[in-house]
Order: sequence, then C-alpha cells, then structure tokens
Amino acid sequence: MDFSLSDEQSLLKDSVERFIQNDYDFDKRRKVMAEEDGFSRKNWQQFAELGWLAIPFSEEDGGFGGGAIELMLIMEQIGRGLVVEPYLPTVVLAGGFLRRAGSSAQKEQYLASIIDGSKLGAFAFAEPQGRFNLADLTTTAKAEGEGFTLNGHKCVVLNGPSADFFVVSARTAGDQRDAKGISLFLVDADAKGLSRRDYPTVDGLRGSEVMLENVKVGKDALIGDKDAALPLIEAVIDDATLAVGCEAVGGMEVLYKATVEYSKQRVQFGQPIGKFQVLQHRMVDMFMEYEQSKSLMYMAAMRLDEGYNDAAKRAVSGFKVQVGKSGRFVGQQAVQLHGGMGMTEELSVGHYFKRLTMIDTLFGNVDFHLKRYGSFE
Amino acid sequence: MELKLREDDLAFQREVREFLDRHWPEDVREARRNTGRFEESKGEAPEVRRFFDALNERGWAVPNWPQEWGGTDWTPTQKYIWDKETARAECPQLSAFGARMLAPVLYTWGSDEQKEHFLPAIREQKMIWCQGYSEPGAGSDLAALSTRAVRDGDDYVVNGTKIWTSGAHVADWMFCLVRTATDGKRQEGISFLLIDMKSPGITVNPIHLLGGIHSVNEVELKDVRVPAKNLVGEENKGWTYAKGLLTHERTGIAGVARSEMTLARLKKVATETSVDGGSLWDDADFRRRVIELEIDLEALAMTELRVLSQVEQGGAPGPESSILKIRGTEISQTLQVMQIEAFGYYGMPYPDQTLIDNEGPIGEPFALAAMQAMLYGRASTIFGGSNEIQKNIISKAVLGL
Repeated sequence: MDFSLSDEQSLLKDSVERFIQNDYDFDKRRKVMAEEDGFSRKNWQQFAELGWLAIPFSEEDGGFGGGAIELMLIMEQIGRGLVVEPYLPTVVLAGGFLRRAGSSAQKEQYLASIIDGSKLGAFAFAEPQGRFNLADLTTTAKAEGEGFTLNGHKCVVLNGPSADFFVVSARTAGDQRDAKGISLFLVDADAKGLSRRDYPTVDGLRGSEVMLENVKVGKDALIGDKDAALPLIEAVIDDATLAVGCEAVGGMEVLYKATVEYSKQRVQFGQPIGKFQVLQHRMVDMFMEYEQSKSLMYMAAMRLDEGYNDAAKRAVSGFKVQVGKSGRFVGQQAVQLHGGMGMTEELSVGHYFKRLTMIDTLFGNVDFHLKRYGSFE
Repeated sequence: MELKLREDDLAFQREVREFLDRHWPEDVREARRNTGRFEESKGEAPEVRRFFDALNERGWAVPNWPQEWGGTDWTPTQKYIWDKETARAECPQLSAFGARMLAPVLYTWGSDEQKEHFLPAIREQKMIWCQGYSEPGAGSDLAALSTRAVRDGDDYVVNGTKIWTSGAHVADWMFCLVRTATDGKRQEGISFLLIDMKSPGITVNPIHLLGGIHSVNEVELKDVRVPAKNLVGEENKGWTYAKGLLTHERTGIAGVARSEMTLARLKKVATETSVDGGSLWDDADFRRRVIELEIDLEALAMTELRVLSQVEQGGAPGPESSILKIRGTEISQTLQVMQIEAFGYYGMPYPDQTLIDNEGPIGEPFALAAMQAMLYGRASTIFGGSNEIQKNIISKAVLGL
C-alpha cells in the first residue's frame, strides 16, 4: 500500500495545477466560454503541447501510457478549474475506444489527431428512451453492401457541436435491450445524413441531439468486434465515470474552502458568520463529504489500475454514489452559506454547484450506481 | 376534531374552481408551464392582464385585505381554499411586494392620502412595487442597514445601496427601510419610506442569478429627494412596521399547494420516463423517495391547517409558524431537485427560450422551466430570513433557549 505519487505523476499534477492557477481563473473561463465554440481552441493546443492529450495512450500509439491515476490527477484539476475544454468527450471517451479497440488504420487517422490536438471527438450513446442503460438502443446499423447504414436519434451528446467525429453505439443484432448485438462506429461529423441540434447545457458545456438518417459508413468504421461492443462500452464509461467523479472531488475542494474563507470575511450580527456554531458544523460536514469522496476516488483509481474486473467496476460505482451524494450536499450548502452572493452568476460558487448537480446525472446517478454496486457480490 | 370541509366551504370551493377554469383555462396553464423565464419583464402578457381584471371585477383580487379597500369577508378556511385552488390552477399572482407585503402596512399604519393613492393601484396591479430592505452589509442581520435618510425641509434626502431587490428594474415604486437616527438601539432608528423609482439619483444595476435569470438588482440611491409625506407612520418606527408585515401574511408561506402541484407533476414525469422497458415510477428506490416526500408534505399541510385554525379561533399565528417556512422550502427544494433527476440526461440542456420558441423544446417540454425552478429555488432557503435564522427564532421564541 502506497498513497504517494511517482515523480512523473507529481510533475503531471503540478503542470495541470499550474495551468489552472495561472491561466484559468474564473474571469478567463468566462471569456473562453463566450468564444464561438464555447471553449478555447488556443487552450486546446496548449493542452496538446503540454502532452495532456497524449496521457492515456500507449507509447507505441504516441502517448505516455498513463492509467487511471494519471487520469485522476488531470480530472481533479479540471474539476477545480471548471475547465470547459472537451477533454472528457475527446480524450477519455472517443480516445478510450480507439486506444482499446481501434484498428491501426483508425488509430492513424483519429488517435494521432486527438494527440496533436487537431481533431475533437464525442461519444453518441444516450437515447431518449434509454436513461442510463447503455444497452437500451433503438439506433440501428444495418450491414449493406460494403458497409453499414445507421439510423437513429442520440441525445445530449456532449461536445457534439465541435466534434470532428463521433463514436456511435448502434444495434446490429438482437432486441432493444439485449447485451449482445451492439456495435460501435466511427462517423465523421460531415457524414451525409447526420444532422445536429446544438445547445448549451446548464453547467456551461455544449451538447447536441444527433440525428442519423441513412448514414452510410464503410466496414472500416466498425470499432472492435461486431455485435460484441457492450463490454468495451462499459469499460470506457467506467473510465469516464471515474473522470467526472474526480472533477466533482476537485469542485468540492474549491467549494468547501471558498465557503470557509467567505465565512471568515462576512460579518453579520457583529461577528464573522464563521463564528456561529451551526455554520461551523455545516462546514465540517462539507469537509468530511469531500474527504470521504476523495478516499473512494483513490480506491476507484487504484482498483482500475489493478485490472478491469468486478472489483474495479464496484469501486467505480461506489465512488460515483459517494460523489453524487456529497456533491449535492457540498454544492447546495456552499450556495446556502454564501447567501444571496451564492445565487449569482458573478460568483463561481453557483457554477460549481451546477456542475456538481449535472455530474450526478452523467453516466448514471446515485440510484443507478447503488444498484450496480449491489450487483457485484 | 374534524378534518372534512363543511358543506358551505365545499360550495365555495366549487365556485372558485368554476371561476378559475373560466378565466385561467387549462390551455393557458399548459403554455405557461413550459415557458422558461429569463427576464422578469415590465407589463404582463394579455392573458394575465385579463385575469387580473376579472379578479378585480369579481372582487377577489386581494382577499386578505379589509373589505373597505377591496378585500373580502372570507373566513380563514375560505382564504385557505382560495390559496389552494389558485395554486392548483397555477394562476399568476399579483405582485407580492405590493399586494401582500406593502398593503398591510399601508392599511394599518399609512396616512389616508397614502391609502387612497396607493391601495387601488396595487389592487388593480397598475403600480408595481419592490422592497428595499437588504443591503450589502445587512442581510440576515437586517437591523445593520445603513442607508441614510436625512430630513431637509419638506423632503428626506436618501443615500445608500440596496441589494437583492426583486423586480427593481420593473418597479414603479419602492418601499424602503432607511436609517433616520444613529443613536440608541439599532432597531429604533429605522423609518419606512415610499420612494418613486423615477426619482433622480436612483440607479438600478441588474444582478444575474444562476441560469442567467434576471429578477434581482442592486439599487443605488444618491441624494434622492423623497417628499416627507411619503414617510409611513412615524419616524424611527419603521422596524415595527416591517416586523408587523413579516408576521402578517402567514398563509401560503409553506407553499403546500405549489409543492403538491410539483409532486403531481413529478409523478407524471416519472410515469412517462422510460427505464428498461418500464417507467421510472416502477423503480422502487425512486418511488420510495417520492413517497417519503409526499408524507413530509402531508405533515406540513396539517401543520399549516393547525396554524390556520388558531387564527380562525381568533389567536395569532405563533412563532411556530416558522416551521412552515423551513419545512416548506426544504420540501420544495427536494422536489425541484428530484424533478431534474427524473429527466435524466434531458435535465442537462439549457437552451434559451427563443431557440425553443423557434424550433421546439429539447427532449422534455417542461425541462427548462424545471431547471430554472431548481436553480432559483435555492434562494428560497436564503431570502425572507434564511432557514438558519428561522431556526434561531424557533429556538429562542418557542423553546425558550
């Protein structure tokens, strides 16, 4: 057992932390969000130059061979800075499929351009009827001639508006919720028959409804084995779940510290409100929620690095349950203790609150992961 | 003890329902239910104007006011029925600052001239008010307010900054707590002034709340001249009037009827949200939490009825009525969060209303309004005396601690 970081890991953490501190304060974030894409392409290039976009990929794919711990270190800082650049959809999700199951041609075409920052990706998996069930798919891909024809509606695709390509889950066989019969396809954003409806999300990101109408792709667009993609999807979604959980931990740290600071400054009834015991205890609770979340974050990351098995899945779900509950409490109480100020767009507190609320939804909420946790005896 | 409504109350309930169904019909309710509200705007929609006119014509615009000023002779039970039915029908409300908050102060302590000038216009919703209470340094500790009013001839000259002023950007007038004396007890140097928002020296700066909603403002007052006749009651007695105002309007503070509506809608959303071939309502975990909340709400509804029946028997609602605010806001916030949770991924999109008007809703027609309610709802445990302050009141005044 060892909770210390290696030298390389410490360097990575410091480099992201430094960027967040120096180049990503709340005002800069606001400016970045006002850009056309809703994030900064310049920042993205900087991420590429700093090597962050290469972290999870193997050395032979041109990456650094980082694992779950490295992902954790990056995402925690991304959470602290409420970074809006599409690291999760591009590197963790789209990149996650390519690195695990991409053919060498696919890696050459897509992975290399993720690493150098020239292409952005997104994972189109959710469907209006599916809620959090990754296998509940009405989107179909029919084998036709030399390739496949895709039809369906994918909802709330994060980074949809800026993605150069999508990884799309679709049914190639079986019934609507069968575990078997699911396949993954690479679809370029400009493919004929693909249309989008773009919108901002409440936590300041961008999403799309993606409609596929007779979209034709070649058989080289298939990622991994036909009809057998569900375990691969589950593995990538578990990485992504860890990733957003780490973001939440980063956000909670900022919030509890900001609240403590505010309670020392804000004077009412002739004393700083931090002197009131009821608020002291509330902030202690916020602190404890953060620490408990952090513990399960370490556990999930270490389990994932030990190997992708039931113990790892269970740890990820346990972490997500904790983060869902803690994130809600810390977010809501941070707003409450900041009073009217916490309700404003001007202060960052409310923006963390919104992000934490949405992280509970992403990749399955508390109820969903409670059940999943319980399914691994 | 008996819980049932009496026959005459039931007849009254039917009469109210008929009136509301005619003047605020279901199609209007539905359209407004699904509309996001980013900006509180001046002047109401034509259907709202018609509804207020119908209320005035019927004499039901301000049921709680004295009859002399257009109120009703309803019993507390009838008023309760009215509150419940108007909430059920999701009716627009007269601006609360004028009709529910200022008016009781005016008809209790105002001069005849003030009553005649202001009360009819408030009743007809032809004059919009905002409330100048909180200041940057005076929130929960309201008595710390420092906006100064200094007498100069026939005027007061007012200087200071008010904050979190709801609707200041659309208001015609502001009722304002100002400091007129600095010696003695803090509470005893405060006066209650009525200020015309068109007066020179007033600047209204918008404050955008979470989700970009503009309803509150910062109001700067620089050498604003206010005629002395706009002082309500006596100088330095403003705190008493403001406090009287706070305990005046107790019914409805728990938001029971509104929460019942939200609960019903939550169940509907859960039934319509598909999960693994069934619905979210089939999910025992989710259903359990909804039902727990329903029981909380039922308890609150009964607590409110107990407070009400005290009033009906001639007693004043005691400090235990603070329970209504605490539990009412806790329940409504939980409902608001669960509503977002029920939408799953469709709780995330946050398009502006124009996009929806032009191209239709994204996913769930009601999701945007529900998200705005959730975000804005966080304020409910902060404003009007934060829940922490309410608990202080109960521990002091009820438990004697």
